[in-house]
Amino acid sequence: MSRGRGLAADPPRYHLRLFVAGTSPLSLRTIQVLRRLCGRYLAGRVDLEVVDIYQQPELAERDQILAAPTLVKLAPLPLRRLIGDLSDERQVLRALALPLEDTDGE
Amino acid sequence: MPIKPAPFRPSLPKTPTGVAGFDEITMGGLPTGRPSLVCGATGSGKTLFAATFLVNGAVKYGEPGVFMSFEERAEDLAANVASLGYDLEALVAEGRLGIDHVHIARNEIEETGEYDLEGLFVRLGFAVDQIGAKRVVLDTLESLFSSLSDEAVLRAELRRLFSWIKARGLTAIITGEQGEGRFTRHGLEEYVSDCVVLLDNRVQDQVTTRRLRVVKYRGSAHGTNEYPFLINDHGISVLPVTGASLSYSVSDEVMSSGVGGIDAMLGKGGFFRGSSVLLSGLAGTGKTTFAATFADAACTRGERCLFFVFEESAEQICRNARSVGLDLQRHVESGLLRFEAARPSLYGLEMHLARIHRDLDAFRPAVVVVDPISAFRGPDLEVYAALLRMVDLLKSRRITGLFTSLRGDGGLQDAEDQGLSSLMDSWIKLQTVEANGEMNRTLYIIKSRGMSHSNQVREYVMSGTGIGLIEPYIGPGGVLTGSARITQVAREEAMQLHRRQKAERRQQALERRRAALERQIAEMRASLETEEEEAAGWLREEELRELVLKQDREVLASRRSAAE
Repeated sequence: MSRGRGLAADPPRYHLRLFVAGTSPLSLRTIQVLRRLCGRYLAGRVDLEVVDIYQQPELAERDQILAAPTLVKLAPLPLRRLIGDLSDERQVLRALALPLEDTDGE
Repeated sequence: MPIKPAPFRPSLPKTPTGVAGFDEITMGGLPTGRPSLVCGATGSGKTLFAATFLVNGAVKYGEPGVFMSFEERAEDLAANVASLGYDLEALVAEGRLGIDHVHIARNEIEETGEYDLEGLFVRLGFAVDQIGAKRVVLDTLESLFSSLSDEAVLRAELRRLFSWIKARGLTAIITGEQGEGRFTRHGLEEYVSDCVVLLDNRVQDQVTTRRLRVVKYRGSAHGTNEYPFLINDHGISVLPVTGASLSYSVSDEVMSSGVGGIDAMLGKGGFFRGSSVLLSGLAGTGKTTFAATFADAACTRGERCLFFVFEESAEQICRNARSVGLDLQRHVESGLLRFEAARPSLYGLEMHLARIHRDLDAFRPAVVVVDPISAFRGPDLEVYAALLRMVDLLKSRRITGLFTSLRGDGGLQDAEDQGLSSLMDSWIKLQTVEANGEMNRTLYIIKSRGMSHSNQVREYVMSGTGIGLIEPYIGPGGVLTGSARITQVAREEAMQLHRRQKAERRQQALERRRAALERQIAEMRASLETEEEEAAGWLREEELRELVLKQDREVLASRRSAAE
């Protein structure tokens, strides 16, 4: 991936959309984790939307959502779908093409 | 030809699929409000079966349906089932069908922790609610297993999905790819326990035949056999042999076979319209020529004729027919005659049937020729079932069918013919008879239902003026044919001439004798007359003498008295 180049040039702006199913504990936990990750790695350069598929089922169809929760990385390309509660931070960072920090808390 | 479901009061509510024949086997269709599993190998027609279920639901039964496709995009699906004559896009536009393509790109997906398939549920629920669907198809659900790695979650979610379907009262078809030694690769049959249908596309003798079997139907009786089924532009039809009804209207109308001699041998002067005729004979007995004559006669009457050829090309048939003075080309040009030529091995039996079905609908012929049916190869039972279906197909449309069959000498072919003969109303057998170093062609009518027919074996010749039957000649040693017959006829003629001459000679001799005798009689009569004349002369002399004597005596007496 373009991790090295990304660091050298301007860091890209992120567009993330999180699909959750209602206000289940799983949904709430995932939203929390995502907020924390964005704060730590993408402060100031992320557009984050949260969609409740119960409220907007048509969006689930449009964005090819299968599992809940699903985080869709719309930008930068390539498009990625992260399914699950984002608890595997290492996996999440790799999927979002973000550099791993050595001071990884978890 | 849709087969009407048999009147049946199901103990279990059932939802008709509208697949001809299937609703008969299952006595009503799939279990209402439950998921059914349709499994089979790649290319066995699972998707088409499922699509047919939905389209029929929407069109025939007023039940909208949702097609959730995990493999094909909506456009691809629409294009694929367009070959069955379904217009999915129109149904979608009318709100009678919903298509949701669940696209899973494995390379886009990262699993980062705990999840469920609520997204799928929401989408399905949304699609169902949008059009008020009663029917659902999930095709092929198992592709989830290749996209998502957490099998435990998947299994739990599938279980939840099926109970969700039941709770919503949706009649669903779940398709599954057949796995090694089990119905589906991932054991979906564990979850869908109400109805399992297995589709199969088997290659036997290099020919494929589609088959369908209802493996399981909880709470219902069902046909347990393997049934061949076909896919054509009318959708899918399963061929339950027993389902083919024998309730066609029959005709008393008689149509000519095109050969005057054969018509004369049949009590009614031809075949009944709508009957099936088998013409069997070895190679070179002129089966195709008979068939061509039959077709020509039909076209000349102004009827449409569909000619299925499996061993020759249409041009070849036309050329060969010209050699017996038949101009089939003009019928082709006038549009009354159509040839459909294909190698029998090109498709499986069911494809041939499907083609015939399609062509019958498109062309609407009055007469159909199939030349030859012996070209169909396959297991006996299957060939028989296919032919039975074909005959039924023709009869139900009141089409007269002429089938030719190349009969082998003994063996399997014979047995096949035996089985076949019961399907046929008339059976004409062509054979070659060897005598005096030559082969001569003879024919006889084995049977012709509903009319008396000649029991004679007749010789026929094919000449530039067509097929002609020759007056039978039965000699001292049986029926004579060919040059033996010609020799016999010549000999007969010579003998007749000889007898006639002899009689004439005898007649002349008699005449002569009569003349001689008459001459003799005349002579004798003449001599008799002479004698009679002589006798009369004597008599007169005698009388004269008597008279003279008397006068003398009187003179003497008078003289004596004078002297006294």
